[in-house]
Amino acid sequence: MEAAQSNAYRPQLMRIDKVVEEAPAVRTFRLTFVDESVGRDFTFQAGQFGEYSVFGEGESTFCIASPPTRQGYIECTFRQAGRVTSALASKDEGDIIGFRGPYGNHFPLAQWEGKSLLFIAGGIGLPPLRCVIWNVLDLRDRYKDVTILYGARTVADLVYKEELEGWRKSGNVKLVTTVDPGGQTPDWKGEVGFVPAVLEKIAPASENTIALVCGPPIMINRTLPVLTQLGFTAEQVYTTLENRMKCGFGKCGRCNVGKIYVCKDGPVFSYAQLQQLPPEY
Amino acid sequence: MMETRILKKQALGTLLERIRGGGFRVLAPSKNDGHVVFKEVATLADVDCEAIQTTLSPKAAVFPRCEELVNYTFTAKNVRIEDHEFQATPTVLFGVRPCDARSLAILNSVFAWDVKDVFFQKRLEATTVIGMSCTKADDYCFCTSVGGSPGDTSGSDLSLTLLGCGDYLAEIVTEKGRRIVSLAEDLFGPAGKVNKEELLPKIPAKFDVKELTGKLPDMFTRNEIWAEQAMRCIGCSTCAFVCPCCACFDIQDEASRQGGTRLRCWDSCGHGQFTLHASGHNPRHSQGDRWRQRIMHKFSYFPDRLGYIACVGCGRCSRSCPADMNLLEHLESLVEAK
Repeated sequence: MEAAQSNAYRPQLMRIDKVVEEAPAVRTFRLTFVDESVGRDFTFQAGQFGEYSVFGEGESTFCIASPPTRQGYIECTFRQAGRVTSALASKDEGDIIGFRGPYGNHFPLAQWEGKSLLFIAGGIGLPPLRCVIWNVLDLRDRYKDVTILYGARTVADLVYKEELEGWRKSGNVKLVTTVDPGGQTPDWKGEVGFVPAVLEKIAPASENTIALVCGPPIMINRTLPVLTQLGFTAEQVYTTLENRMKCGFGKCGRCNVGKIYVCKDGPVFSYAQLQQLPPEY
Repeated sequence: MMETRILKKQALGTLLERIRGGGFRVLAPSKNDGHVVFKEVATLADVDCEAIQTTLSPKAAVFPRCEELVNYTFTAKNVRIEDHEFQATPTVLFGVRPCDARSLAILNSVFAWDVKDVFFQKRLEATTVIGMSCTKADDYCFCTSVGGSPGDTSGSDLSLTLLGCGDYLAEIVTEKGRRIVSLAEDLFGPAGKVNKEELLPKIPAKFDVKELTGKLPDMFTRNEIWAEQAMRCIGCSTCAFVCPCCACFDIQDEASRQGGTRLRCWDSCGHGQFTLHASGHNPRHSQGDRWRQRIMHKFSYFPDRLGYIACVGCGRCSRSCPADMNLLEHLESLVEAK
């Protein structure tokens, strides 16, 4: 009955060890637990999320953007948009924030061993997949081909620019980056075009491949038909939903879609599972 | 067989005294600024059990409108979380209508599944419900359509039913109820033969709830129905705040320079901001979408997931709606929809 006695809303304190400016209004924090014993016991899996808080301002929901294969810290990447993310953005290295988690289900990475993986991300949709990408790269020999298609509105809006460069040079993955028409700079070497169009152009094979898609709803909606056209079945396509949440564990009612709670039954869903839900996400 | 006793009408005041003397605070229907609401009472003179329904349900006793989840103080470059074990006040809810009494188990199903909500659980544990059967009903009442009845004892620990002579039939439903009786054994006499049904108002079922729950999953895409039903809805969420079963909440911080509090406050799926993403995307962008969620959640998703219909037919939402929407009429029309 220990669970019944503890306050599930109590956050852990975390220290910001590193701040990276990824893109305009987008930052990554590297966080470590103030209480080292909590840090030692902390485990999570790729795809899970947390509630990050600024004391005095409130909580915000983001995925854990670092992989479970790198222990001792977690990272989150967020865009400054509202009250809490603006307060977070004003925080600096050494500052203390709150964290509750990990919550939700995860990508079934163990089931995908021996398969090829195709990551398709748009804008700030890369952080949830970056967790999976690093997890896979840290266990590279367990997976076949890894392809990453990443697009953003402009060159400046691409996040994890150094990591993208590293992935490109590593020879471990096939990386295709693209920016929306008009978003390119004179020295841009990547593609120019929307993600679904570029996907159609590079036409990756669907055989023995899992596609992971994350980005704005419009990108996801236009990408799914292209994947179908390329031969991907609904069971081969996964995404992670980013519904608004408060509690993170199936109480507050906010992320309810049909009879599921995104926070408990998700955030990771196959396209086959999504098709069973009312179109309300 | 449930044990029954008789409580003399002149003993009711003494019973309240004994309960208070036993260390309980007593929350009972009481007049407050033109409304009858559950509030702490000192004597029987403060209690008003005449109203068919209190304006607000008694849910705030276990799920307060606003409550503190976490307290913290700011230090130079740090934050300190104040850890103290939450204690609930031993409480007797007195004069609870059978519909409201049933709602506590429905709320509990939300707060108890999977991760336990310690605040709700401790409050519920510390609460004893003394129910009061209905002697009258109005056109908004529809408990019998959703599995309840005006004499239902299922949510009460001790249930009272007013007899013609002014005495009360007391039905001891649970151990908690027995503890209340044990505080005042001398006030409870033996019960003779009582035909309880004769004392209760007749509330015919207005629709077949199984037919409704069976139909709803296929009605999600009937946008014309939802838009039409929600035409008058102004999204004020009064319905959710007066509802004994609505459990959705928001979490917000309030702070000064010294420290602050993380608060949980009632919220509602009727609000446009409820599901609004930071990006501007809103999965439920029209009031029709939000009305559909209210109906679907209560009568389809909730029973599917947690085994209860999240409505006890108290009729408060319809009595309180500033736009005069009537839930019962809308449910009937959903059952009749082709």
